[in-house]
Amino acid sequence: MNKVESKRPDLTMGPAAVSEETLPNGPGASAILAAGIGSAALGVFALAGDAFPAINRLFTFYRPSGALSGVTTVAVVVWLVAWLLLARRWATETVAMAKVNVVAFVLLAVGVLLTFPPFMDLLQGK
Amino acid sequence: MEISLRDLLTVLHGMGFGALFMLAFAGAVAELYRMSAPAPAAPASPREQRLLWWYLFAMVVLAWAAVLSGTYMVYPWYRAVPPAGTADLANYPKFLLTSSPTTSKWHSLGMEWKEHVSWLAPIAITMVAYVTARYRRALTRPRQLRTAVLVFVVVAFAATGVAGAFGAFLNKYAPVRGGPAIHLIGGEAEEGD
Repeated sequence: MNKVESKRPDLTMGPAAVSEETLPNGPGASAILAAGIGSAALGVFALAGDAFPAINRLFTFYRPSGALSGVTTVAVVVWLVAWLLLARRWATETVAMAKVNVVAFVLLAVGVLLTFPPFMDLLQGK
Repeated sequence: MEISLRDLLTVLHGMGFGALFMLAFAGAVAELYRMSAPAPAAPASPREQRLLWWYLFAMVVLAWAAVLSGTYMVYPWYRAVPPAGTADLANYPKFLLTSSPTTSKWHSLGMEWKEHVSWLAPIAITMVAYVTARYRRALTRPRQLRTAVLVFVVVAFAATGVAGAFGAFLNKYAPVRGGPAIHLIGGEAEEGD
């Protein structure tokens, strides 16, 4: 008697997986670009706080932590607001991901460079 | 055996949150790469995808716990200003470091880099967790999406490495000390040999 092989369902290709395949890249792109924006904002605010005493005082939200409290809080706010706005705009869009990546990577590099003290000093002519 | 409260909380910040977060990168990179490779040998099952999401979620919690505890708990102790005329700067790590040209760069390079660059990690890993949860296996299809996720993971790892390494050195040259002593285990005095 021939044994009838039952076809086992492919768990990786259920309805959820199918819908994932057709997802627009907009939501992902918005998260990636916003992370780049947040990183750059962190670097720019860190430099501004280091270069200008008035901005340094402005960023002192919590005195024991000094300007670091304001620099990081405002950068996180910028990141989240950028993410919210981009996510709304690109919720159902398919965007040019390669361009988004280039911009996000440049912004990330700006964030990394501007948090590096010797580079900050170089920009300020110290 | 005793430990001061500040020592204990600094260890919690550095080893409990920071080091654990850093250790988790190895697993995250391996799993993200395996799962999102264009032609994976064995596609991730829904259970494996859920496991990866929880793993990344735990990393997000650790990353935020590390930077928040660092900025609002340990850093104020580090930069505490000594009263005028204080000769012993042991309880004022920033001023202890900047009081000597042989150690001042540990502050002006080490701490000033660490305190900012570490904040890139939670931003990056939160994005990575979101994109991974949102796209799951579909992360393999748009190649650029996968590339962005891996680049941000690598930068977050590097930023955590900088923060962790300088944190360890800073704690060696100018440890954050003080606060009430916490008695851990009773001991007995040994005669010197």
